[in-house]
Amino acid sequence: MTRPAPEPMQVVKLRRDTALAALAGRVPYIRFLNITFDRRGDELTGVMHFDEKLIGNPQLPALHGGVTAAFLEVTSIICLSWALLWEDVESGALSRGDLERGALPRLPKTIDFSVDYLRAGLPRDAYARAQVTRSGRRYASVRAEAWQDNHARPIATSNAHLLMAPEG
Amino acid sequence: MTTDKTDFALSFMSALPQAQALGLEILELADGVAVIRMPYSEDLVGNPDTGVIHGGAVSTLMDTCGGAATIVHPDNAGGTATIGLRIDYLRAATPGQAVTARAECHHITRAIAFVRATAHDDDPDRPVATATGTFTVETLA
Repeated sequence: MTRPAPEPMQVVKLRRDTALAALAGRVPYIRFLNITFDRRGDELTGVMHFDEKLIGNPQLPALHGGVTAAFLEVTSIICLSWALLWEDVESGALSRGDLERGALPRLPKTIDFSVDYLRAGLPRDAYARAQVTRSGRRYASVRAEAWQDNHARPIATSNAHLLMAPEG
Repeated sequence: MTTDKTDFALSFMSALPQAQALGLEILELADGVAVIRMPYSEDLVGNPDTGVIHGGAVSTLMDTCGGAATIVHPDNAGGTATIGLRIDYLRAATPGQAVTARAECHHITRAIAFVRATAHDDDPDRPVATATGTFTVETLA
C-alpha cells in the first residue's frame, strides 16, 4: 500500500494562515479594535492590542466594557467560522488561490450575546479564546473568555448564539 | 431635573476615549434615562460584503448608554460598572444610517441598577437590537 507523501509543512501552514488572514483581515471593525489572531494548529487566540482609544473610564483607567464585549463577540464569530472552514482548508477543497480571491463562506450572524464582567480590564493587551459548544445546521452556541496577564483570572466571559449563513 | 448630575455625567461620558473614537453623541441624559447616537462609519463595518456594522459596536453603544442611564439615576451617588449585559440582535442595521440607543434604569436597589435598552436606525418602529443589563450602584457614604 502506498500513501501520498504528506504535504510539506510550509505549504500547509501557508494555506492555513492565508485562510485566517482572509477570514479576519478583511473586517474593518476588527482592524478598528486592532484585534489579531495567533494560531497554533487549529487553535486560535484573539489578541486585542492595547490602544488609548479602547479606554472607557480614564480615571481608573480601564478598558471600555463595550470593547471587552466586542472583543469576545469578534473572537466568537471568527473561531466559529474558522471551525467551519477548517475541513475545507485541510483537504485543500479551498485552495490558496480561492482564499486570496476572498472565496469564503459568509460569516455567521449573532442572534444574541450575553457577557459577564468579572474584573476591570487593565490598560494593556487582552487575550480571548472561544469554544464552539454546539454547531448545528442552522444555529451554533459559542462560549468565550477574555483575560490579560493571568489566564486563571479572566476579565469577562460570554455566551453567544449565532445563525449559520445559508449554504451556497 | 438633576442638573448638576447631568452636567457631571455629560462631561464624564464625553471624555471616554472609546466614546470619542466611536463619535458618540449624547442626545438625552437625565433621571435614569440616556439616549446616545452612534454615527455610521466604515471603521465599524463587520460584514465587508454588505457594509452592515459589527454587533460589537452596537454592544459598546448599549453598554455606554446603560452606564450613562445608571449614572444619572437620582438614587446613584457616583459612577458605575457593568455587571452583566445581554443583547438580542433583532435585525441588521441599515448601512449608512446612525444607530441610536435609549436606555432606561427601570429599577434600582442600594447595590444594583437594572437597565433596559433599545437601539434603532432611521426606522424607529423596527428596533435593530434590545438589551438588558445590570450595573453597580454607589450609595452615599
